[in-house]
Amino acid sequence: MPGDPNGPSDRDAFERRRRSRNIALAVLLFALVILFYVITILRMGARGG
Amino acid sequence: MTSRPRERILVEDAAPAAASLRDWWRLFKPNVMQLAVFTAAVGLYLAPGEPHPVLAAIAVLAIAAGAGAAAALNNAHDADIDRLMARTRHRPTAAGRIDPAEAWGAGVVLGLVAVAVLGLATNWLAAGLLALTIVYYALIYTVFLKRRTPQNIVIGGAAGALPPVVGWAAASGEVSLEAWLLFALIFLWTPPHFWALALCRSEDYARAGVPMLPVVAGRTATIRQIRAYTWLVAGIGLLPWVVGMAGLLYGVAALLLGGTFVAAAERLARTGADREARRLFRVSIVHLFGLFLALVVDRAVGVTVGAG
Repeated sequence: MPGDPNGPSDRDAFERRRRSRNIALAVLLFALVILFYVITILRMGARGG
Repeated sequence: MTSRPRERILVEDAAPAAASLRDWWRLFKPNVMQLAVFTAAVGLYLAPGEPHPVLAAIAVLAIAAGAGAAAALNNAHDADIDRLMARTRHRPTAAGRIDPAEAWGAGVVLGLVAVAVLGLATNWLAAGLLALTIVYYALIYTVFLKRRTPQNIVIGGAAGALPPVVGWAAASGEVSLEAWLLFALIFLWTPPHFWALALCRSEDYARAGVPMLPVVAGRTATIRQIRAYTWLVAGIGLLPWVVGMAGLLYGVAALLLGGTFVAAAERLARTGADREARRLFRVSIVHLFGLFLALVVDRAVGVTVGAG
């Protein structure tokens, strides 16, 4: 039924958007891990030099 | 009884269901972020000290994230009035696609991450200044000033003026007089820039109950203020050259840009037309980007000549 939040198409859209938001969050968290790693290596290098 | 689960889905899931990644991106006001990123990068470049290029890039990224966090907090708090104004009613929080509480959460988390990353990548003076910028915009401007006083954007302009100081501190670990000069360039530029926009949108602001200067003091008084600030900005724009922070190339650019800015303000003062206010708004953007770009080019050319 159109406009029904429990209708199949709206539920699908909701699931799709929630999935893409979760993937984006996972990518961001992974990027943050890489970022902290890079910062640590560069800062340690600067101190060592 | 059967309708209860459906109601719960409507109330709890309506906002996240409608919010796309694009909405989340728009929550962070990428257009406003551009100015913060650009001026912070210029501050970083002009400051003494040579940070590792990758750390410098991370610092700019952190400052951009900080600006985005402040924007999200602003959107979260202002959803009620943004809904009433044509310019802002499509913002994801105003349109109801993102719950203000979620926007607030995203702003706080992003802000904390931005400050931590900047502190770890550069120094804690820069991180502290970034934290101050976020709190100043989200709390002092958005919560305390915006709905209370027509001087909202004059005092609140400090938040938009801080990014080059943050960049300067990130590169050098200190904040010198030159950094505060960059601050002054943006701080004094903000009132004529926003008032030019507000002149064309005064009905919007009046409807939302935001006491912008054109709403409270009227058109003539606003134009008088714009004119005074524009002359001041044009004068202050010459200071980096006068104090020896930049060379002749910058001085000439500042003179031309300042002259154009003042001419646009004088035309607005003569005609009082909305068309001229919109023109002044556009000229003001070119003015600020032009000044900061001129500082970079002047330094780059100076360094090259000096090296040669």
